[in-house]
Amino acid sequence: MSKVNLYKFSAPATFYGLAGQMIPGFAILSAILFAAGLYISFFVAPTDAQQGEAYRIIFIHVPAAWMSMFIYVVMAVYSGIGLAFNTRLSAMMAQALAPTGALFCFIALFTGSFWGKPMWGAWWVWDARLTSQLILFFLYIGFISLQAAIEDPKRADRAGALIALVGVINVPIIYFSVKWWNTLHQGASISFSKAPTMAHTMLAGMLVMAVACWTYTIAIALYRVRLIILERERHTTWASEILGGAK
Amino acid sequence: MNWGSFSAFIHMGGYAFYVWSSFGVSFALLGMEIWLLSKRRRTLLKRLGQIQRLNASKGSR
Repeated sequence: MSKVNLYKFSAPATFYGLAGQMIPGFAILSAILFAAGLYISFFVAPTDAQQGEAYRIIFIHVPAAWMSMFIYVVMAVYSGIGLAFNTRLSAMMAQALAPTGALFCFIALFTGSFWGKPMWGAWWVWDARLTSQLILFFLYIGFISLQAAIEDPKRADRAGALIALVGVINVPIIYFSVKWWNTLHQGASISFSKAPTMAHTMLAGMLVMAVACWTYTIAIALYRVRLIILERERHTTWASEILGGAK
Repeated sequence: MNWGSFSAFIHMGGYAFYVWSSFGVSFALLGMEIWLLSKRRRTLLKRLGQIQRLNASKGSR
């Protein structure tokens, strides 16, 4: 009877407690992984032959860019589920992920700019990769402001879900932009069809940082979704019981 | 080990400004997100708790 369990955990009241139990584990894991990732980034990974030490920006830039794309896809999936099955929790999850996705998108743009300046001589160029990533940032901002602008949560969820689903077309455009167009931006850092071209320690540093970002995102999104649940369900009996205990 | 001395580490092969700005701003933003969220939680619990106490006192009258 897995169906029963699924319904049980998709109830905001149950998920509130479950999320609370999962947060510390992911938070601690994230702190450890960030420490290990930064150690590899600065002390283990060798100096790049072409870019010197400036390349070390890759260890925050690439994981942030991956996260910004992946979080958007996850948001779109949650939004789709919310639209199709009218589940409240999935819309809340999409809402909880959006600010962190926007943050990682901003970090990718910012660190990219600080990498572009010493390497290309420009803070910004209007090439396909950078422009499509900027559009992703605007999609996040659009999702957040649209949802904040609509008073009725149900209608806000539906409007947000539509923008998330329509905007997801931008993600493959970002990913393949370096292949489809001639861009100043270098190609994909990790290819699934070719052997890795970078030093193993560089690859390891990037992957550890990426997993650190992942665990951070899970912890922070669960934290945020609990606040959203509490805000929306405050009129229910279980929520007032929690509030009574949290005095 | 990549660095001969602490000052060489800080100097980042001449790219100190770019490297440290990138990492500094990124982690400052993540820290800010955590801080803002915990502030939001405190405010929310306080506000909802007040409303609840208000309702409870009305109900007992």
